[in-house]
Amino acid sequence: MSYPETYKFTREHEWVHPHGAEAKIGITDHAQHELGDIVFVNLPKVGNSVKRAETFGSVESVKAVSDVYSPVTGEVTGVNDLLAQKPETLNEDPHGEGWLIKVTLTSPEELQALMSSAEYEEYIKAE
Amino acid sequence: MLATLGMQSEEDLIAYLPPAVRFNSRLSMEDGKSEFEIVDYFKERAERNANGYASFLGAGVYNHYRPVLVDAIVSRGEFLTSYTPYQAEISQGILAAIFEFQTMVCQLTGMEVANASMYDGSSAVPEAAMMAVRVTHRDRILIARAVHPEYREVLGTYTHRQHIPVEELAYEKNGRLDLDDLKAKLDDHTAAVIVQSPNFFGLIEQIDELSHIVHGKGALLVVVFTEAVALGLIEPPRHADIVVGELQSFAISPSYGGPFAGIIATHEKFIRQIPGRLAGETTDASGHRAFCLTLATREQHIRREKATSNICTNQALLALMATVFMSLYGKQGMRELAEQNLAKAHYLADKLPLAFDAPFFNEFVARTNGKSPEQINAALLDRKIIGGLPLARFYPELENCVLLCATEMSRRQDMDTLAQAFAKQ
Repeated sequence: MSYPETYKFTREHEWVHPHGAEAKIGITDHAQHELGDIVFVNLPKVGNSVKRAETFGSVESVKAVSDVYSPVTGEVTGVNDLLAQKPETLNEDPHGEGWLIKVTLTSPEELQALMSSAEYEEYIKAE
Repeated sequence: MLATLGMQSEEDLIAYLPPAVRFNSRLSMEDGKSEFEIVDYFKERAERNANGYASFLGAGVYNHYRPVLVDAIVSRGEFLTSYTPYQAEISQGILAAIFEFQTMVCQLTGMEVANASMYDGSSAVPEAAMMAVRVTHRDRILIARAVHPEYREVLGTYTHRQHIPVEELAYEKNGRLDLDDLKAKLDDHTAAVIVQSPNFFGLIEQIDELSHIVHGKGALLVVVFTEAVALGLIEPPRHADIVVGELQSFAISPSYGGPFAGIIATHEKFIRQIPGRLAGETTDASGHRAFCLTLATREQHIRREKATSNICTNQALLALMATVFMSLYGKQGMRELAEQNLAKAHYLADKLPLAFDAPFFNEFVARTNGKSPEQINAALLDRKIIGGLPLARFYPELENCVLLCATEMSRRQDMDTLAQAFAKQ
Protein backbone atom coordinates (compact mmCIF):
# COMPACT_ATOMS: atom_id res chain seq x y z
CA MET A 1 0.00 0.00 0.00
CA SER A 2 1.25 3.46 -0.76
CA TYR A 3 1.41 6.34 1.66
CA PRO A 4 -0.61 9.32 0.34
CA GLU A 5 1.45 12.43 -0.35
CA THR A 6 -1.15 14.71 1.14
CA TYR A 7 -0.79 12.97 4.52
CA LYS A 8 1.74 13.66 7.29
CA PHE A 9 3.14 10.92 9.52
CA THR A 10 4.42 10.38 13.06
CA ARG A 11 7.15 8.12 14.43
CA GLU A 12 4.39 6.24 16.31
CA HIS A 13 2.77 5.32 13.00
CA GLU A 14 -0.20 7.66 12.97
CA TRP A 15 -1.17 9.73 9.93
CA VAL A 16 -2.92 13.07 9.76
CA HIS A 17 -4.71 14.38 6.67
CA PRO A 18 -5.32 18.12 6.96
CA HIS A 19 -7.88 19.99 4.90
CA GLY A 20 -8.33 23.59 5.87
CA ALA A 21 -8.85 24.10 9.58
CA GLU A 22 -9.72 20.43 10.14
CA ALA A 23 -7.85 17.14 9.89
CA LYS A 24 -8.54 13.39 9.88
CA ILE A 25 -6.32 11.11 11.97
CA GLY A 26 -5.65 7.40 11.64
CA ILE A 27 -3.00 4.71 11.91
CA THR A 28 -0.76 3.65 9.03
CA ASP A 29 -0.79 0.49 6.97
CA HIS A 30 2.49 -0.46 8.64
CA ALA A 31 0.85 -0.18 12.07
CA GLN A 32 -2.20 -2.29 11.22
CA HIS A 33 0.05 -4.91 9.72
CA GLU A 34 2.16 -5.10 12.88
CA LEU A 35 -0.90 -5.32 15.11
CA GLY A 36 -2.61 -8.13 13.24
CA ASP A 37 -6.37 -8.65 13.20
CA ILE A 38 -7.93 -5.73 14.99
CA VAL A 39 -10.88 -6.62 17.20
CA PHE A 40 -11.66 -3.43 19.09
CA VAL A 41 -11.02 0.29 18.83
CA ASN A 42 -11.29 2.64 21.81
CA LEU A 43 -11.98 6.22 20.71
CA PRO A 44 -12.76 9.53 22.46
CA LYS A 45 -16.08 11.34 22.26
CA VAL A 46 -16.93 14.33 20.10
CA GLY A 47 -16.03 17.42 22.09
CA ASN A 48 -13.02 15.88 23.83
CA SER A 49 -9.72 17.60 23.25
CA VAL A 50 -6.57 15.94 21.98
CA LYS A 51 -3.00 17.07 22.47
CA ARG A 52 0.02 16.54 20.28
CA ALA A 53 2.02 13.44 21.34
CA GLU A 54 -0.58 12.41 23.94
CA THR A 55 -2.77 9.31 23.72
CA PHE A 56 -6.37 9.71 22.66
CA GLY A 57 -7.39 6.08 22.38
CA SER A 58 -6.23 2.56 21.74
CA VAL A 59 -6.40 -0.18 19.14
CA GLU A 60 -6.73 -3.80 20.25
CA SER A 61 -5.79 -6.97 18.46
CA VAL A 62 -6.22 -10.42 19.99
CA LYS A 63 -2.92 -10.35 21.86
CA ALA A 64 -1.92 -6.73 22.14
CA VAL A 65 -3.19 -3.24 22.82
CA SER A 66 -1.60 -0.22 21.22
CA ASP A 67 -2.08 3.33 22.42
CA VAL A 68 -2.74 5.84 19.66
CA TYR A 69 -1.01 9.21 19.95
CA SER A 70 -2.36 12.40 18.46
CA PRO A 71 -0.11 14.05 15.86
CA VAL A 72 -1.74 17.42 16.52
CA THR A 73 -3.56 19.49 19.14
CA GLY A 74 -7.25 20.15 18.68
CA GLU A 75 -10.87 19.29 19.46
CA VAL A 76 -12.64 16.13 18.32
CA THR A 77 -15.39 16.93 15.82
CA GLY A 78 -16.01 13.43 14.49
CA VAL A 79 -15.49 9.81 15.47
CA ASN A 80 -15.57 6.89 13.02
CA ASP A 81 -18.56 4.90 14.32
CA LEU A 82 -18.08 2.25 11.62
CA LEU A 83 -15.16 0.86 13.62
CA ALA A 84 -17.41 -0.12 16.51
CA GLN A 85 -19.28 -2.52 14.23
CA LYS A 86 -16.46 -3.43 11.85
CA PRO A 87 -13.03 -2.99 13.49
CA GLU A 88 -11.50 -5.02 10.65
CA THR A 89 -11.95 -1.91 8.46
CA LEU A 90 -8.79 -0.66 10.11
CA ASN A 91 -6.88 -3.59 8.62
CA GLU A 92 -8.58 -3.37 5.20
CA ASP A 93 -8.39 0.37 4.56
CA PRO A 94 -6.25 2.09 7.23
CA HIS A 95 -5.70 5.27 5.21
CA GLY A 96 -9.29 5.65 4.03
CA GLU A 97 -12.44 4.09 5.55
CA GLY A 98 -10.45 3.17 8.67
CA TRP A 99 -9.89 6.76 9.81
CA LEU A 100 -10.22 7.19 13.60
CA ILE A 101 -11.16 10.76 14.43
CA LYS A 102 -11.68 14.19 12.89
CA VAL A 103 -10.29 17.21 14.74
CA THR A 104 -10.09 20.97 14.47
CA LEU A 105 -6.49 22.16 14.26
CA THR A 106 -5.62 24.46 17.14
CA SER A 107 -1.98 24.86 16.09
CA PRO A 108 -1.55 24.07 12.37
CA GLU A 109 2.19 24.78 12.60
CA GLU A 110 2.56 21.40 14.38
CA LEU A 111 2.18 19.75 10.96
CA GLN A 112 5.60 21.01 9.91
CA ALA A 113 7.33 18.83 12.51
CA LEU A 114 5.79 15.67 11.04
CA MET A 115 7.18 13.39 8.32
CA SER A 116 6.16 13.46 4.68
CA SER A 117 5.07 10.22 3.00
CA ALA A 118 8.55 9.78 1.48
CA GLU A 119 10.24 10.35 4.84
CA TYR A 120 7.85 7.90 6.52
CA GLU A 121 8.53 5.19 3.94
CA GLU A 122 12.27 5.61 4.58
CA TYR A 123 11.61 5.49 8.32
CA ILE A 124 9.74 2.19 8.25
CA LYS A 125 12.29 0.63 5.91
CA ALA A 126 14.90 1.32 8.55
CA GLU A 127 12.83 -0.15 11.40
CA MET B 1 23.13 -23.41 45.48
CA LEU B 2 24.27 -21.21 48.38
CA ALA B 3 27.58 -20.68 46.63
CA THR B 4 25.78 -19.56 43.46
CA LEU B 5 23.88 -17.02 45.53
CA GLY B 6 27.07 -15.82 47.15
CA MET B 7 25.96 -16.99 50.61
CA GLN B 8 27.62 -19.09 53.30
CA SER B 9 24.75 -20.74 55.14
CA GLU B 10 20.97 -21.22 55.21
CA GLU B 11 20.83 -18.53 57.88
CA ASP B 12 21.98 -16.03 55.24
CA LEU B 13 18.83 -16.73 53.20
CA ILE B 14 16.66 -15.16 55.91
CA ALA B 15 19.16 -12.56 57.11
CA TYR B 16 16.83 -9.77 55.92
CA LEU B 17 14.10 -10.72 58.44
CA PRO B 18 14.03 -8.28 61.38
CA PRO B 19 14.88 -9.98 64.73
CA ALA B 20 11.52 -8.87 66.17
CA VAL B 21 9.54 -11.16 63.86
CA ARG B 22 11.70 -14.22 64.35
CA PHE B 23 10.61 -17.15 66.49
CA ASN B 24 13.58 -17.78 68.80
CA SER B 25 12.28 -20.20 71.40
CA ARG B 26 11.39 -23.87 71.22
CA LEU B 27 7.99 -25.29 70.28
CA SER B 28 5.82 -25.90 73.33
CA MET B 29 5.92 -29.64 72.94
CA GLU B 30 7.96 -32.13 74.96
CA ASP B 31 10.96 -33.62 73.26
CA GLY B 32 11.09 -37.25 72.38
CA LYS B 33 7.49 -37.74 71.24
CA SER B 34 6.83 -40.16 68.41
CA GLU B 35 4.80 -39.19 65.34
CA PHE B 36 1.61 -40.91 66.52
CA GLU B 37 1.93 -39.30 69.97
CA ILE B 38 2.16 -35.89 68.34
CA VAL B 39 -0.84 -36.61 66.08
CA ASP B 40 -2.76 -37.77 69.19
CA TYR B 41 -1.82 -34.59 71.02
CA PHE B 42 -3.34 -32.43 68.28
CA LYS B 43 -6.40 -34.69 67.91
CA GLU B 44 -7.11 -34.18 71.62
CA ARG B 45 -6.92 -30.43 71.27
CA ALA B 46 -9.13 -30.52 68.16
CA GLU B 47 -11.81 -32.17 70.32
CA ARG B 48 -12.16 -28.82 72.06
CA ASN B 49 -13.58 -27.33 68.83
CA ALA B 50 -17.33 -26.95 68.65
CA ASN B 51 -17.78 -30.01 66.48
CA GLY B 52 -21.36 -31.02 66.01
CA TYR B 53 -22.75 -27.84 67.54
CA ALA B 54 -25.86 -26.37 65.96
CA SER B 55 -25.18 -22.94 64.47
CA PHE B 56 -27.51 -20.02 63.89
CA LEU B 57 -24.78 -17.75 62.55
CA GLY B 58 -25.09 -16.26 59.08
CA ALA B 59 -23.80 -12.77 58.41
CA GLY B 60 -22.00 -13.64 55.19
CA VAL B 61 -20.91 -17.23 55.92
CA TYR B 62 -23.60 -19.91 55.92
CA ASN B 63 -24.08 -23.41 57.25
CA HIS B 64 -25.29 -25.48 54.31
CA TYR B 65 -24.93 -29.12 53.42
CA ARG B 66 -21.98 -30.15 51.24
CA PRO B 67 -22.96 -33.10 49.04
CA VAL B 68 -20.37 -35.88 49.18
CA LEU B 69 -20.01 -35.89 45.40
CA VAL B 70 -18.47 -32.40 45.45
CA ASP B 71 -15.20 -33.53 47.05
CA ALA B 72 -15.19 -36.72 45.01
CA ILE B 73 -15.08 -34.64 41.83
CA VAL B 74 -12.84 -31.74 42.85
CA SER B 75 -10.22 -34.04 44.37
CA ARG B 76 -9.58 -35.66 40.99
CA GLY B 77 -5.99 -34.92 39.96
CA GLU B 78 -7.10 -33.34 36.69
CA PHE B 79 -8.81 -30.62 38.70
CA LEU B 80 -6.96 -30.58 42.01
CA THR B 81 -3.47 -29.97 40.67
CA SER B 82 -4.13 -28.50 37.26
CA TYR B 83 -2.43 -25.21 36.53
CA THR B 84 -3.98 -22.05 35.13
CA PRO B 85 -5.39 -22.87 31.68
CA TYR B 86 -3.18 -20.50 29.68
CA GLN B 87 -2.35 -23.34 27.33
CA ALA B 88 -5.75 -24.24 25.94
CA GLU B 89 -4.49 -27.38 24.17
CA ILE B 90 -3.93 -29.20 27.47
CA SER B 91 -6.64 -27.52 29.53
CA GLN B 92 -9.95 -28.29 27.86
CA GLY B 93 -11.31 -30.03 30.98
CA ILE B 94 -10.85 -27.17 33.40
CA LEU B 95 -11.81 -24.59 30.75
CA ALA B 96 -15.06 -26.43 30.01
CA ALA B 97 -15.79 -26.47 33.76
CA ILE B 98 -15.11 -22.73 34.03
CA PHE B 99 -17.34 -22.07 31.01
CA GLU B 100 -20.14 -24.05 32.66
CA PHE B 101 -19.58 -22.09 35.86
CA GLN B 102 -19.86 -18.77 34.06
CA THR B 103 -23.00 -19.93 32.29
CA MET B 104 -24.67 -21.05 35.52
CA VAL B 105 -23.80 -17.78 37.25
CA CYS B 106 -25.52 -15.91 34.42
CA GLN B 107 -28.59 -18.11 34.72
CA LEU B 108 -28.74 -17.56 38.48
CA THR B 109 -28.22 -13.81 38.36
CA GLY B 110 -30.10 -12.90 35.18
CA MET B 111 -26.95 -11.34 33.70
CA GLU B 112 -25.40 -11.90 30.26
CA VAL B 113 -21.75 -12.43 31.10
CA ALA B 114 -19.89 -13.61 34.20
CA ASN B 115 -16.19 -14.08 34.80
CA ALA B 116 -14.35 -17.15 36.05
CA SER B 117 -14.76 -16.06 39.70
CA MET B 118 -13.35 -13.49 42.11
CA TYR B 119 -11.51 -14.08 45.39
CA ASP B 120 -14.69 -13.67 47.39
CA GLY B 121 -17.85 -11.61 47.68
CA SER B 122 -16.17 -8.81 49.62
CA SER B 123 -13.46 -8.01 47.05
CA ALA B 124 -15.94 -8.29 44.19
CA VAL B 125 -17.72 -5.19 45.53
CA PRO B 126 -14.86 -2.71 44.95
CA GLU B 127 -14.19 -4.35 41.59
CA ALA B 128 -17.77 -3.55 40.60
CA ALA B 129 -17.35 -0.01 41.93
CA MET B 130 -14.17 0.50 39.88
CA MET B 131 -15.94 -0.91 36.85
CA ALA B 132 -18.75 1.59 37.28
CA VAL B 133 -16.23 4.44 37.60
CA ARG B 134 -14.60 3.39 34.31
CA VAL B 135 -17.90 2.94 32.49
CA THR B 136 -19.59 6.17 33.63
CA HIS B 137 -16.45 8.35 33.84
CA ARG B 138 -17.83 9.53 37.19
CA ASP B 139 -16.13 9.27 40.52
CA ARG B 140 -18.53 8.91 43.43
CA ILE B 141 -19.96 5.79 45.06
CA LEU B 142 -23.06 5.36 47.19
CA ILE B 143 -23.38 2.21 49.30
CA ALA B 144 -26.22 1.10 51.55
CA ARG B 145 -25.42 0.74 55.25
CA ALA B 146 -27.31 -2.50 55.13
CA VAL B 147 -24.55 -3.96 52.95
CA HIS B 148 -22.32 -6.34 54.95
CA PRO B 149 -20.09 -4.13 57.19
CA GLU B 150 -16.91 -5.94 56.24
CA TYR B 151 -17.74 -5.66 52.53
CA ARG B 152 -18.07 -1.90 53.05
CA GLU B 153 -14.68 -1.90 54.74
CA VAL B 154 -13.06 -3.70 51.83
CA LEU B 155 -14.59 -1.16 49.44
CA GLY B 156 -12.99 1.57 51.54
CA THR B 157 -9.58 -0.06 51.19
CA TYR B 158 -9.76 0.28 47.41
CA THR B 159 -11.50 3.64 47.13
CA HIS B 160 -9.32 5.36 49.72
CA ARG B 161 -6.23 4.97 47.57
CA GLN B 162 -8.11 5.80 44.37
CA HIS B 163 -9.46 9.01 45.94
CA ILE B 164 -13.04 8.01 45.21
CA PRO B 165 -15.53 9.40 47.77
CA VAL B 166 -17.94 6.83 49.23
CA GLU B 167 -21.12 7.86 50.99
CA GLU B 168 -23.40 5.55 52.95
CA LEU B 169 -27.17 5.32 52.54
CA ALA B 170 -29.36 4.90 55.59
CA TYR B 171 -31.91 2.15 56.13
CA GLU B 172 -35.51 2.83 57.02
CA LYS B 173 -37.39 1.79 60.11
CA ASN B 174 -38.29 -1.45 58.37
CA GLY B 175 -34.62 -2.25 57.75
CA ARG B 176 -34.67 -1.72 53.99
CA LEU B 177 -32.87 0.97 52.01
CA ASP B 178 -34.15 4.47 52.70
CA LEU B 179 -35.23 5.57 49.23
CA ASP B 180 -35.51 9.22 50.28
CA ASP B 181 -31.91 9.16 51.46
CA LEU B 182 -30.95 7.63 48.12
CA LYS B 183 -32.77 10.35 46.18
CA ALA B 184 -31.15 13.03 48.32
CA LYS B 185 -27.59 11.79 47.84
CA LEU B 186 -27.77 10.58 44.23
CA ASP B 187 -26.48 13.07 41.67
CA ASP B 188 -24.78 13.40 38.28
CA HIS B 189 -21.43 12.50 39.81
CA THR B 190 -22.56 9.16 41.16
CA ALA B 191 -20.91 6.27 39.32
CA ALA B 192 -22.65 3.49 41.22
CA VAL B 193 -25.19 2.72 43.91
CA ILE B 194 -24.35 -0.49 45.75
CA VAL B 195 -27.13 -2.42 47.45
CA GLN B 196 -27.25 -5.89 48.99
CA SER B 197 -30.26 -8.18 48.67
CA PRO B 198 -31.10 -10.01 50.84
CA ASN B 199 -29.36 -7.32 52.89
CA PHE B 200 -27.21 -7.80 56.00
CA PHE B 201 -30.38 -7.89 58.10
CA GLY B 202 -31.74 -10.66 55.86
CA LEU B 203 -34.35 -8.41 54.27
CA ILE B 204 -35.19 -8.38 50.58
CA GLU B 205 -34.63 -4.99 48.97
CA GLN B 206 -36.94 -3.51 46.32
CA ILE B 207 -34.47 -3.76 43.47
CA ASP B 208 -36.89 -2.85 40.67
CA GLU B 209 -38.04 0.35 42.35
CA LEU B 210 -34.60 1.61 43.26
CA SER B 211 -33.18 0.72 39.86
CA HIS B 212 -35.47 3.34 38.30
CA ILE B 213 -34.19 5.97 40.72
CA VAL B 214 -30.55 5.04 40.14
CA HIS B 215 -30.80 4.86 36.34
CA GLY B 216 -32.71 8.11 36.26
CA LYS B 217 -29.47 9.86 37.19
CA GLY B 218 -27.30 7.82 34.85
CA ALA B 219 -25.59 5.86 37.62
CA LEU B 220 -25.06 2.10 37.59
CA LEU B 221 -26.83 -0.22 40.01
CA VAL B 222 -24.63 -2.82 41.68
CA VAL B 223 -26.48 -5.59 43.53
CA VAL B 224 -24.58 -7.73 46.04
CA PHE B 225 -25.59 -11.05 47.59
CA THR B 226 -23.90 -12.91 50.42
CA GLU B 227 -26.35 -15.84 50.56
CA ALA B 228 -26.33 -17.50 47.13
CA VAL B 229 -29.08 -19.94 48.13
CA ALA B 230 -31.49 -17.01 48.08
CA LEU B 231 -31.23 -16.91 44.30
CA GLY B 232 -33.05 -20.22 44.18
CA LEU B 233 -36.23 -18.43 45.14
CA ILE B 234 -35.85 -14.68 44.85
CA GLU B 235 -36.30 -12.90 41.53
CA PRO B 236 -32.80 -12.44 39.99
CA PRO B 237 -31.73 -8.78 39.97
CA ARG B 238 -32.26 -8.28 36.23
CA HIS B 239 -32.35 -4.49 36.57
CA ALA B 240 -28.87 -4.40 38.02
CA ASP B 241 -25.98 -3.33 35.82
CA ILE B 242 -23.49 -5.43 37.77
CA VAL B 243 -24.16 -8.31 40.15
CA VAL B 244 -21.50 -9.42 42.63
CA GLY B 245 -21.64 -11.94 45.42
CA GLU B 246 -20.33 -14.79 47.47
CA LEU B 247 -20.69 -18.48 46.58
CA GLN B 248 -19.58 -19.94 49.91
CA SER B 249 -23.10 -21.36 50.38
CA PHE B 250 -22.54 -23.65 47.39
CA ALA B 251 -20.45 -26.45 48.94
CA ILE B 252 -17.57 -24.23 50.04
CA SER B 253 -16.74 -25.04 53.65
CA PRO B 254 -16.82 -22.09 56.09
CA SER B 255 -13.23 -23.10 56.98
CA TYR B 256 -12.47 -20.45 59.58
CA GLY B 257 -13.27 -17.65 57.13
CA GLY B 258 -11.99 -18.78 53.75
CA PRO B 259 -10.91 -19.36 51.05
CA PHE B 260 -14.21 -18.58 49.32
CA ALA B 261 -15.21 -17.70 45.76
CA GLY B 262 -16.91 -14.55 44.58
CA ILE B 263 -18.68 -13.75 41.36
CA ILE B 264 -19.06 -10.74 39.13
CA ALA B 265 -21.65 -10.70 36.36
CA THR B 266 -22.89 -7.98 34.06
CA HIS B 267 -24.40 -7.10 30.68
CA GLU B 268 -22.70 -7.87 27.39
CA LYS B 269 -22.16 -4.17 26.68
CA PHE B 270 -19.78 -3.92 29.66
CA ILE B 271 -17.82 -7.05 28.81
CA ARG B 272 -14.57 -5.18 28.11
CA GLN B 273 -14.69 -3.54 31.54
CA ILE B 274 -15.16 -6.72 33.56
CA PRO B 275 -12.10 -7.67 35.64
CA GLY B 276 -10.53 -11.10 36.01
CA ARG B 277 -10.46 -14.19 33.92
CA LEU B 278 -12.91 -15.07 31.16
CA ALA B 279 -13.32 -18.47 29.55
CA GLY B 280 -14.73 -18.39 26.06
CA GLU B 281 -16.18 -20.89 23.62
CA THR B 282 -14.58 -21.22 20.20
CA THR B 283 -13.61 -23.82 17.58
CA ASP B 284 -10.22 -25.45 17.17
CA ALA B 285 -8.25 -25.87 13.94
CA SER B 286 -10.37 -28.93 13.03
CA GLY B 287 -13.60 -27.07 13.59
CA HIS B 288 -14.47 -28.81 16.86
CA ARG B 289 -15.96 -26.97 19.81
CA ALA B 290 -13.21 -25.86 22.19
CA PHE B 291 -12.60 -23.46 25.06
CA CYS B 292 -9.91 -20.89 25.84
CA LEU B 293 -9.21 -17.88 28.01
CA THR B 294 -10.36 -14.80 26.16
CA LEU B 295 -10.43 -11.00 26.07
CA ALA B 296 -7.05 -11.02 27.75
CA THR B 297 -6.52 -7.47 26.57
CA ARG B 298 -8.45 -6.33 29.67
CA GLU B 299 -5.85 -7.80 31.94
CA GLN B 300 -2.67 -6.42 33.38
CA HIS B 301 -0.22 -8.73 31.62
CA ILE B 302 -1.21 -6.89 28.46
CA ARG B 303 -2.58 -3.54 29.55
CA ARG B 304 -0.36 -3.00 32.58
CA GLU B 305 -1.50 0.02 34.59
CA LYS B 306 -4.50 0.50 32.29
CA ALA B 307 -5.87 -2.96 33.02
CA THR B 308 -9.40 -3.32 34.38
CA SER B 309 -7.98 -4.69 37.62
CA ASN B 310 -4.90 -6.19 39.24
CA ILE B 311 -6.65 -9.53 39.72
CA CYS B 312 -5.14 -12.03 37.32
CA THR B 313 -6.48 -15.25 38.72
CA ASN B 314 -9.67 -16.97 39.80
CA GLN B 315 -10.70 -19.31 42.61
CA ALA B 316 -10.77 -22.28 40.23
CA LEU B 317 -11.09 -25.14 42.71
CA LEU B 318 -13.71 -23.43 44.85
CA ALA B 319 -15.66 -22.23 41.83
CA LEU B 320 -15.60 -25.86 40.71
CA MET B 321 -17.14 -26.92 44.03
CA ALA B 322 -19.90 -24.41 43.43
CA THR B 323 -20.33 -25.68 39.86
CA VAL B 324 -20.70 -29.27 41.02
CA PHE B 325 -23.15 -28.11 43.68
CA MET B 326 -25.27 -26.22 41.16
CA SER B 327 -25.23 -29.18 38.75
CA LEU B 328 -26.24 -31.60 41.48
CA TYR B 329 -29.12 -29.55 42.79
CA GLY B 330 -30.23 -28.25 39.41
CA LYS B 331 -32.96 -25.69 38.97
CA GLN B 332 -35.53 -27.77 40.87
CA GLY B 333 -33.20 -28.66 43.70
CA MET B 334 -32.04 -25.07 44.17
CA ARG B 335 -35.63 -23.99 44.50
CA GLU B 336 -36.43 -26.75 47.02
CA LEU B 337 -33.31 -25.91 49.01
CA ALA B 338 -34.29 -22.25 49.11
CA GLU B 339 -37.86 -23.14 50.15
CA GLN B 340 -36.57 -25.24 53.04
CA ASN B 341 -34.36 -22.36 54.18
CA LEU B 342 -37.27 -19.95 53.99
CA ALA B 343 -39.56 -22.31 55.92
CA LYS B 344 -37.07 -22.99 58.71
CA ALA B 345 -36.15 -19.35 59.19
CA HIS B 346 -39.80 -18.32 59.35
CA TYR B 347 -40.62 -21.13 61.80
CA LEU B 348 -37.94 -19.73 64.11
CA ALA B 349 -38.76 -16.07 63.49
CA ASP B 350 -42.40 -16.63 64.41
CA LYS B 351 -41.29 -17.45 67.95
CA LEU B 352 -39.16 -14.33 68.40
CA PRO B 353 -39.65 -10.55 68.64
CA LEU B 354 -38.39 -9.11 65.34
CA ALA B 355 -36.60 -5.80 64.89
CA PHE B 356 -37.72 -5.19 61.30
CA ASP B 357 -41.01 -5.65 59.52
CA ALA B 358 -40.18 -6.56 55.92
CA PRO B 359 -39.90 -9.79 53.87
CA PHE B 360 -36.81 -11.84 54.64
CA PHE B 361 -35.19 -15.03 53.35
CA ASN B 362 -33.22 -17.17 55.83
CA GLU B 363 -31.84 -14.44 58.09
CA PHE B 364 -33.57 -11.96 60.36
CA VAL B 365 -32.89 -9.65 63.30
CA ALA B 366 -34.42 -10.51 66.66
CA ARG B 367 -34.62 -8.30 69.75
CA THR B 368 -33.42 -9.69 73.06
CA ASN B 369 -35.85 -7.73 75.28
CA GLY B 370 -33.98 -7.35 78.57
CA LYS B 371 -31.18 -9.89 78.42
CA SER B 372 -27.99 -9.07 76.57
CA PRO B 373 -27.21 -11.00 73.39
CA GLU B 374 -23.97 -12.18 75.00
CA GLN B 375 -25.85 -13.67 77.96
CA ILE B 376 -28.25 -15.51 75.69
CA ASN B 377 -25.42 -16.82 73.52
CA ALA B 378 -23.49 -18.02 76.58
CA ALA B 379 -26.52 -19.98 77.80
CA LEU B 380 -26.99 -21.46 74.33
CA LEU B 381 -23.36 -22.50 74.10
CA ASP B 382 -23.87 -24.66 77.19
CA ARG B 383 -26.57 -26.44 75.18
CA LYS B 384 -24.14 -26.88 72.25
CA ILE B 385 -25.84 -24.21 70.20
CA ILE B 386 -24.00 -21.31 68.58
CA GLY B 387 -26.34 -18.33 68.70
CA GLY B 388 -26.64 -15.38 66.33
CA LEU B 389 -24.46 -12.32 65.77
CA PRO B 390 -24.96 -9.45 68.26
CA LEU B 391 -25.26 -6.40 65.99
CA ALA B 392 -24.12 -3.60 68.33
CA ARG B 393 -20.53 -4.09 67.23
CA PHE B 394 -21.37 -3.07 63.64
CA TYR B 395 -24.55 -1.03 64.23
CA PRO B 396 -24.34 0.77 67.60
CA GLU B 397 -27.96 1.87 67.22
CA LEU B 398 -29.02 -1.81 67.19
CA GLU B 399 -28.09 -2.73 70.72
CA ASN B 400 -29.78 -5.86 72.07
CA CYS B 401 -30.39 -7.07 68.53
CA VAL B 402 -29.12 -10.36 67.16
CA LEU B 403 -28.80 -11.48 63.53
CA LEU B 404 -30.03 -15.07 63.29
CA CYS B 405 -29.88 -17.50 60.39
CA ALA B 406 -31.71 -20.80 59.93
CA THR B 407 -30.91 -23.10 57.03
CA GLU B 408 -31.89 -26.56 55.83
CA MET B 409 -29.36 -27.80 58.44
CA SER B 410 -31.28 -26.31 61.39
CA ARG B 411 -33.12 -28.84 63.52
CA ARG B 412 -36.49 -28.09 65.07
CA GLN B 413 -35.36 -29.00 68.61
CA ASP B 414 -32.44 -26.56 68.41
CA MET B 415 -34.68 -23.80 67.07
CA ASP B 416 -37.12 -24.45 69.96
CA THR B 417 -34.24 -24.32 72.46
CA LEU B 418 -33.02 -21.05 70.99
CA ALA B 419 -36.50 -19.53 71.10
CA GLN B 420 -36.79 -20.51 74.76
CA ALA B 421 -33.46 -18.87 75.57
CA PHE B 422 -34.82 -15.62 74.15
CA ALA B 423 -38.11 -15.93 76.02
CA LYS B 424 -36.66 -16.57 79.50
CA GLN B 425 -36.39 -13.31 81.37
